[in-house]
Amino acid sequence: MEHLDPSLVNWSRAQFALTALYHWIFVPLTLGLTFLVAIMESIYVRTGDIWWKKTTKFWMGLLAINFAIGLATGIIMEFEFGTNWSNYSWIVGDIFGAPLAIEGLMAFFMESTFFAIMFFGWEKVSKRTHLLSTWLVAIGSNLSALWILVANGWMQHPVGTHFNSDTARNEMTNFWEILFNPNAYTKFLHTISSGYVLAALFVISISSWYLLKRRDMQFAKRSIMVAASFGLIVSLFNLTTGDDSARQDALHQPMKLAAMEGLYDGKTNAPIVAFGILNPKKKYNNDEDEFLFSFEIPDGLSLLGFHSFDAYVPGIKQLINGDKEYGIMSVQEKLDKGKIAVTSLGEYKKAKKEHDTDKATMALKTFEEHSKYLGYGYLKSPEDVIPNVPLTFYAFHAMVTFGLWFIVLFMVILYLTMTNELKEKRWFLKLALWSLPLGYLAQESGWIVAEVGRQPWAIQDMLPVGMATSQISSGSVMITFWLFAVLFTALLIAEVKIMTKQIKIGPEEA
Amino acid sequence: MLKKIYYFYKDGFANMKLGKRLWVLILLKVFILFAVVKYFFFPNILEENFSTDTQRSNYILQQLTEGR
Repeated sequence: MEHLDPSLVNWSRAQFALTALYHWIFVPLTLGLTFLVAIMESIYVRTGDIWWKKTTKFWMGLLAINFAIGLATGIIMEFEFGTNWSNYSWIVGDIFGAPLAIEGLMAFFMESTFFAIMFFGWEKVSKRTHLLSTWLVAIGSNLSALWILVANGWMQHPVGTHFNSDTARNEMTNFWEILFNPNAYTKFLHTISSGYVLAALFVISISSWYLLKRRDMQFAKRSIMVAASFGLIVSLFNLTTGDDSARQDALHQPMKLAAMEGLYDGKTNAPIVAFGILNPKKKYNNDEDEFLFSFEIPDGLSLLGFHSFDAYVPGIKQLINGDKEYGIMSVQEKLDKGKIAVTSLGEYKKAKKEHDTDKATMALKTFEEHSKYLGYGYLKSPEDVIPNVPLTFYAFHAMVTFGLWFIVLFMVILYLTMTNELKEKRWFLKLALWSLPLGYLAQESGWIVAEVGRQPWAIQDMLPVGMATSQISSGSVMITFWLFAVLFTALLIAEVKIMTKQIKIGPEEA
Repeated sequence: MLKKIYYFYKDGFANMKLGKRLWVLILLKVFILFAVVKYFFFPNILEENFSTDTQRSNYILQQLTEGR
């Protein structure tokens, strides 16, 4: 990596982050709102109350706007794979190809058929057929997300594959191991349930606006009741899936967990930081305090990571230097093994070219023994494996704080709705209205934790981002970065404008 | 049956209010993405520079073993 242009890697990463973060403005709302709409329509079919039909159609309209504007924003990431990340795309091989092909086919058939019935079929098919289509849209959209997250889970914890030294590609050895990769399904469940929370906030926020304006009160109260009940259930589920995700990090990405908690020195009975300000002078190899200020919950991190109060949680220092007592290998040792993997791969390639079978067999054997550490062979120093600690730490704590606030919000709203006091509590309605941006911040923070926290890896331990990029000029990546920034901002403005117009029209006219 | 499906979609599109504007937006976006962004800015590097998978493998192996 000596001759690599660092600005190329940074711009490629920035561009991918920009695309992914903008894409993720639209996706979670679709994932959750499809279910809320399906629940509302189920109530309509069950009760025959025409008001529920109007309510369903109104939220379905907003779902259509979000879906239409978000549609194809994800395809840009596939463009980027081929141009900016061609090494990565090749090395990943069919691990990405198979899940994405399934996702593409499923999305196409589900969306073109059942979406059409959902939007066009109100007066053309029976109530039950329409309801079935709405549920299938909800299930189908969420299953689409499964395949993407399976691919992402593999990057975080590569299983079920073998690196082919002749083709430089990963080959799938066990489809089920990839599908049931614990990192993949916990990520899937945590991600979709966070989308449901966002959708509940969306419905509550807009309904609160109607209540504040004292219009469409009946519609707003009904919508809030459904959204708050749904929101509370999925929030609690989201909490458990978040706990599972942290456990996966503890087992497979301990550096990410250490960065999430700003933990430099490992310990048993490790506390979790409820609130803290990191000390900017702290490095893994100095004696500065980790925090300028912190409020900690005793044993919390041990419990979160290992489900045991007295479990040992390694800090950044132990993960870099190694700790024999706890069986942690130093990064320098991994770097040495990685260099052997890189060298032996080169020797294998050379011997094969020279038709020296014995030498090729020996080189391949050495490579296979050290291939687990291949990615470390491209790093310059042990410190390279430390992600951006402040960004990971603050993003994680923002996500958790907002997530806990949403649980309180849903509970209070349910109570106030049931006691018929909600419309009088204008300050609380304002709080509910402005909680929606926090929902989006929590969504984006979650992805920042997941992706920034695992740097420098494009594929954990196998391929650092520096080796994953293509040999192109950083100037062209910079140009397209700004192009996307403009395009996505225009789409976001369009989304907000069309949606606010539709909201102002209200459920009666819509 | 096919006729029914045809009229289902035709009437659905014809009766759209908000949907028409959304379709214009979708088509415009897809055009910008595929005809401009993909075509001018995002070539598939390995597809363009090499004609066979063997060449692509050799190139990546070279990157992995000989540095960049």
